[in-house]
Amino acid sequence: MTYRGMIAELVTITGDKGDKIEAYYARPSGPGPFPGVVLIHHMPGWCDWTLEAVRKLAHHGFACISHHLYHRYGPGTPDDLAAKARTAGGVYDDEVVGDVKGAMAFLRAQKESNGKVGMIGFCSGGRHTFLASCRLDGVDAAVNCWGGNVVVDDPTQLTPQRPVAPIDLTANLKAPLLGLFGNDDKNPTPDHVNTLEAKLKECGKNYEFHRYDGAGHAFFAAERPAYRVEQANDGWQKVYAFYRKHLG
Amino acid sequence: MCSYITEKTEINGSAKGAGGWSNVTAAHIYYDHPFHASLDHALSIDFMSGDTTRKVAVEMSAESARALVASILAALESGEQAHG
Repeated sequence: MTYRGMIAELVTITGDKGDKIEAYYARPSGPGPFPGVVLIHHMPGWCDWTLEAVRKLAHHGFACISHHLYHRYGPGTPDDLAAKARTAGGVYDDEVVGDVKGAMAFLRAQKESNGKVGMIGFCSGGRHTFLASCRLDGVDAAVNCWGGNVVVDDPTQLTPQRPVAPIDLTANLKAPLLGLFGNDDKNPTPDHVNTLEAKLKECGKNYEFHRYDGAGHAFFAAERPAYRVEQANDGWQKVYAFYRKHLG
Repeated sequence: MCSYITEKTEINGSAKGAGGWSNVTAAHIYYDHPFHASLDHALSIDFMSGDTTRKVAVEMSAESARALVASILAALESGEQAHG
């Protein structure tokens, strides 16, 4: 079922350490109840495609929120704040987790919520989704879209901002996990995906992975050459089905 | 891929952006997903005033960046010869 009517607006959530964070919230028109989804944007920032993806999920029946990970570097435009965050070495994992917790609380506090909340993230947001799903209670379904650096080959790449390889937290994962990956991706490579899958199996986790031939990184990105229409259409269908199964 | 690798170099010069001319003191250079260019990866240069104020930003293909580097070096060589 799809919803042609929706309400989309800017809201403020209470993020890590009580910080007020700007967010974009879209949900179908009507009383609901609707399942919630926290969408984590990719490293280039809180871009128009991110907001389109929020509306896409609302169109398919989810109350979806995406908060601006780089809000603390503001004020400024999303691209300028992304540049500032990059120069600073990226956002801190602890802040990301704290902000996700705030976004989840926002969703559950809405009158249209059915009480279930999933997560989805793209690129670095896929890593954040895996990380937060390992560290937070209350994530009902997690979708990692080609999250790089979940597996860290070189420990010197660990930084104060990203001190832990998320794969090392796999034992703590409570949510069912959907993973979408392109077999031509350089990060995560197919070997990284296999390593993560082996860890999930070892830990007895509930997961499903889908690997796409003819696709690399960011194959949902309709405005970039990386876009792969068949793989992207199938991937979105996998996302909707996964959420309908686990979020009601 | 998403990396956080940024090369930084000091600049002594000026740049003109939407707000007119201003001094620039540094350039931040990286190769990663762009914000605007229709490319999967782009060589990006942020011309900075201070550490955090971006005055001018450009994103270009790797091929364009290499051509730009060659053109800068060629312009420097011929210009410095002409001006002694």
